[in-house]
Amino acid sequence: MKKNEVPQDGDNLVKGESNWVNYAVDQNGEYVQEISVGWEPENIALEQAWEVVNEKVKEAQAKALNGQLSPIAYYMELNIMDLPLLANYMNKYQWQVRRHLQPDIFKELSEKILNKYAFVFKITREQLMNIPSIQQTK
Amino acid sequence: MSNSPILFEHHQSAHCENGVISNLFRFNGLPISEPMAFGIGSGLFFTHLPFLKVNGIPGTSYRIWPGMIFKRVSKRLGVDMFSETFRNPQKAKDALDSALDKGIPVGLVTSVFYLPYLPAVFRFHFNAHNIVVYGREGDNYLVSDPVMGAVSTIHKDDLMRARYAKGVPEPNGKMYYPIHIPQNIDFKKAIIKGISKTAYDMTEIPIPIFGTKAIRYLAKKLKNYPEDLGDRKAILYLGNLIRMQEEIGTGGAGFRFVYAAFLQEAGKLINQEWLIEQSMALTKTGDLWRDFAFKAGRICKNRSNDGTSYKELSEILIECSYQEDKIFGELYKQIKKI
Repeated sequence: MKKNEVPQDGDNLVKGESNWVNYAVDQNGEYVQEISVGWEPENIALEQAWEVVNEKVKEAQAKALNGQLSPIAYYMELNIMDLPLLANYMNKYQWQVRRHLQPDIFKELSEKILNKYAFVFKITREQLMNIPSIQQTK
Repeated sequence: MSNSPILFEHHQSAHCENGVISNLFRFNGLPISEPMAFGIGSGLFFTHLPFLKVNGIPGTSYRIWPGMIFKRVSKRLGVDMFSETFRNPQKAKDALDSALDKGIPVGLVTSVFYLPYLPAVFRFHFNAHNIVVYGREGDNYLVSDPVMGAVSTIHKDDLMRARYAKGVPEPNGKMYYPIHIPQNIDFKKAIIKGISKTAYDMTEIPIPIFGTKAIRYLAKKLKNYPEDLGDRKAILYLGNLIRMQEEIGTGGAGFRFVYAAFLQEAGKLINQEWLIEQSMALTKTGDLWRDFAFKAGRICKNRSNDGTSYKELSEILIECSYQEDKIFGELYKQIKKI
């Protein structure tokens, strides 16, 4: 890759605010560092990855608002965690965390456990108990 | 409390592990460029592990596993390192503070997810990110993160989360710094060892999930992604490949350009013209990898085959593998003769 070929596709999720180092050759064939604000394939792949995440978040949010799942399901997706990882953070078994995804089980959870979930998700207890509506997260 | 601020020189690099080595060693009186650290550390590699899935997608890596570059560079340059993990996060904090108070900037392994100064779109649960902390101001630490253009700060609570993130692997508060740098270093020997190991890794491991064999293994699988996985999943797999190859930290083309820069620098340093020729060859191969990424990106964007077929993508990979066979085969053969 030549120095003047280093891509500057800044029309991406980062709005061109990332400045990463690339290695390219100058006119003398010497390797130099050159900053790139983005490259099309990378932009596409990253957008695609976030689309998958956002879909999961939306689905979990709808189900939580609907009473099909507990707020934990929503915050888990929001933090890009899966069940095994969340269980790891909570220092619990996966089957325990899976149970906590059920709204009626969630209602009975102790202060201690709720506080721990709030800590893991970096939110307040208030936020844990009241997930935002679809309108609020638009 | 710290006495006087540590005068740490922040230099941006393409890759975190290389960058931390370069910046920490420079601070300790041993200037070493990112490409040189990468090359001596034998960082370049290729693996495709279809059975080791992260988020349901097979693992592909263009470099050796995290921490190995550091180990190898230290060993080959004769640098003594302090390196420790801590079961207790408070002890990890105390150890960091203590080092800073002594004027020692410290390398840390962290999770990218908990570093607020990074652009949010890059913050996934990746737990092998290396940074340097070189100071403390109240509740904030001063950070030299090599992938960033300038220094940053991080609150102590966020740093604690970053050092104790869960997942695979777990940082466990790992911290490290050089404690002794020898007077006389045999760079030539280190370079020869570094090249020899990489060349071996890429061409001589008799297992098809490592090196150039792995590139061909991936090519074979990739050809049938739409039939085997369906269009949607095929595109997710492609997207993941692109990200592993091009996202922050590879310097482009899955580290091939950084390695070519190393071969060029090494060739000049130890007066071996043929290394510079191999550098040029690898640069061409890097361009081919980027061509792959570009075409794969187009398929992802259009959600289905668009001109370029998976078969064509597969053929580009195979060509990459043959070119790397030639380059690393030559490196392996000739480096022994120096």
